[in-house]
Amino acid sequence: MPFLWNFPLFTILLSLFSGVLCMLLPWRAAKWFTVTLECLLIGLASSVLWYTASTGTAFTYPMGEFPAPWGNEIRAGSLEALMALGFLAVLLCSVLGGWTFLRTDVDESKLHLYFGLVNLLTAALMALVWTNDVFTGYVFLEIMTLASCGLLIARENGRSALAAMRYMIMNLLGSGLFLLGVVLLYNLTGHLLMVPMRESIASMIAENGERPLTFALTILTIGLGLKSGLFPFYFWMPDTYGSATPTSASILSSLVSKSYIFLLFKIYCRAIGPEVLSLLPLPRILLVLGVLGMVFGSVAAIRSGSLNRVVAYSSAAQIGYIYMGIGLGGPMGYAAAMFQILSHTVTKSLLFLTTPQLASVSGDSLLLENLQGSGRRAKAAGLFFTLGALSMVGIPFLAGFPAKLFFASAAAEGTMTEMWIVLPALAVSTVLNAVYYIGAVIRIYTAGPGGAGLRAREIYASEHGVQPVLPPKPDASRHYFRLSAAVLTVCNLVLGLAPWAILRLLEQGLSTFS
Amino acid sequence: MIDALLTNYEETVAVILFVIGLGTLLFQRNLIRKIIGMNIMDTGCFLFLAGMGYIEGRRAPIITDGTTDPAAFINPVPAGLVLTGIVVSVSVTAVMLALTVRLYRRYHTLDLDEIYSVSKHRLEDR
Repeated sequence: MPFLWNFPLFTILLSLFSGVLCMLLPWRAAKWFTVTLECLLIGLASSVLWYTASTGTAFTYPMGEFPAPWGNEIRAGSLEALMALGFLAVLLCSVLGGWTFLRTDVDESKLHLYFGLVNLLTAALMALVWTNDVFTGYVFLEIMTLASCGLLIARENGRSALAAMRYMIMNLLGSGLFLLGVVLLYNLTGHLLMVPMRESIASMIAENGERPLTFALTILTIGLGLKSGLFPFYFWMPDTYGSATPTSASILSSLVSKSYIFLLFKIYCRAIGPEVLSLLPLPRILLVLGVLGMVFGSVAAIRSGSLNRVVAYSSAAQIGYIYMGIGLGGPMGYAAAMFQILSHTVTKSLLFLTTPQLASVSGDSLLLENLQGSGRRAKAAGLFFTLGALSMVGIPFLAGFPAKLFFASAAAEGTMTEMWIVLPALAVSTVLNAVYYIGAVIRIYTAGPGGAGLRAREIYASEHGVQPVLPPKPDASRHYFRLSAAVLTVCNLVLGLAPWAILRLLEQGLSTFS
Repeated sequence: MIDALLTNYEETVAVILFVIGLGTLLFQRNLIRKIIGMNIMDTGCFLFLAGMGYIEGRRAPIITDGTTDPAAFINPVPAGLVLTGIVVSVSVTAVMLALTVRLYRRYHTLDLDEIYSVSKHRLEDR
């Protein structure tokens, strides 16, 4: 066994231990420790990607050397490695890019705990990407939920505690359903590892038909759908992302929800198998729900008046795309869904990191009318926001365009009905995306009253007899923001300019995946 | 149908418990009741696992009297899963209770709807 096979496990263990360690360090040390660790993990994930892509294989790592039906396993192929790499890069950029606000939103005495939670979340993220065991998936799902709840309430105001409570309730419903689904699957198959589970499902279908499997899988899918924001379960998103500190919002929207979807995809492909899945009604339901999410998420975004709600609701639409791809099925549908995960991850984190920068030059108001002209006041943030928004709309050479193109070609390979559902939905959704994103871009570049919100805040402060809170002075952390936004933009451009290379990598990963 | 439900009465009860817990978590407005609902829901899952893993007349797979016949023992994995699940459930409950304490300190009520309407009218919460 080559030494490199240990790397996926290292990414999980290192971040688990660092999570505990960071809680003991002073915050400055914890910050640099976390940044160094993330760079190291990116190195590990890249070497796994290099290994799997150059050999064209995937490997299964038995934990503690116990063989298949008994032990616990980690599996790494090009697909998992690419996901891990993308997730880690976005995580690092989120932590650095939101640093200005992290300093003001989180009390200095608690910053080291924040980094501890970030590391625990990394561990959960890595475990969900690499694991080959359904129950391990459940355990790390809960760790992910707890860590993300901690990240949410790090900003200590009443609204974030309330948002965290609602988020937790939704997530606990989801976890409970997921657990029941896993238990039922275990009951049906007698296995928790995905590969033996799949063999046993094939023989079970031949004997007893697919009804018990449909029931278990539906419960499991509803659970993960609740957690990841599938239509109609997206209503908790805007409050959650809107009240969190930018780093948390970026991590929650671009990484946490995607990792749940990736786990679901993994169970579909590896534990159930595409052939069995196509016998069940679930993919068609997911396709319809995805399409509805694309449309209704965008409509909600158009109706909302503040920029962070626009960005949050557009997540619901973008997650609809991913579910639509999974519902379409086939190699192209799956590859498109995975491409969309990557593309949305890098773009959404960029948007969530730039919106508070725009707000900070507009009197900390995120209302669209107050943001007028903010792109002129904060030039870098305006530029990055525009790039992110254009990518979301699907302008060529940015990451959003090839994603839509791949969905369209996946639909063209499918049945006539699928094509008639997906192609119009793509068109409508693109137009709707353009309505609110281009609208927002025009708004931030229109010559404006120069921060109407600043005046609103002064009025509020004088009415309530409090000192107006001044926006944070620009300091060295501005460079962190610019650097991480630039890195995210470069990732976006790589996805947009070399989509075929990424697609080949994804197809190679998918060919060994299921 | 009824026969099947009665033979597998542990699983039946487990599913009923799960649904009761799910309903409590969803529809109760009081935060403490919601947390209790969540616990009932998890307990339902654990009962399902435990009930499924137990075979009457068999023992835990620990060899004490020299019997190595697998037919004398039960599968230990479901029990292991229940233990893991209990640990997860306890930690989630702790976090939820801590959140509830924080919300109560701020809003002096445990009613989620009331908290929501109060927070809507508080400017500093927006």
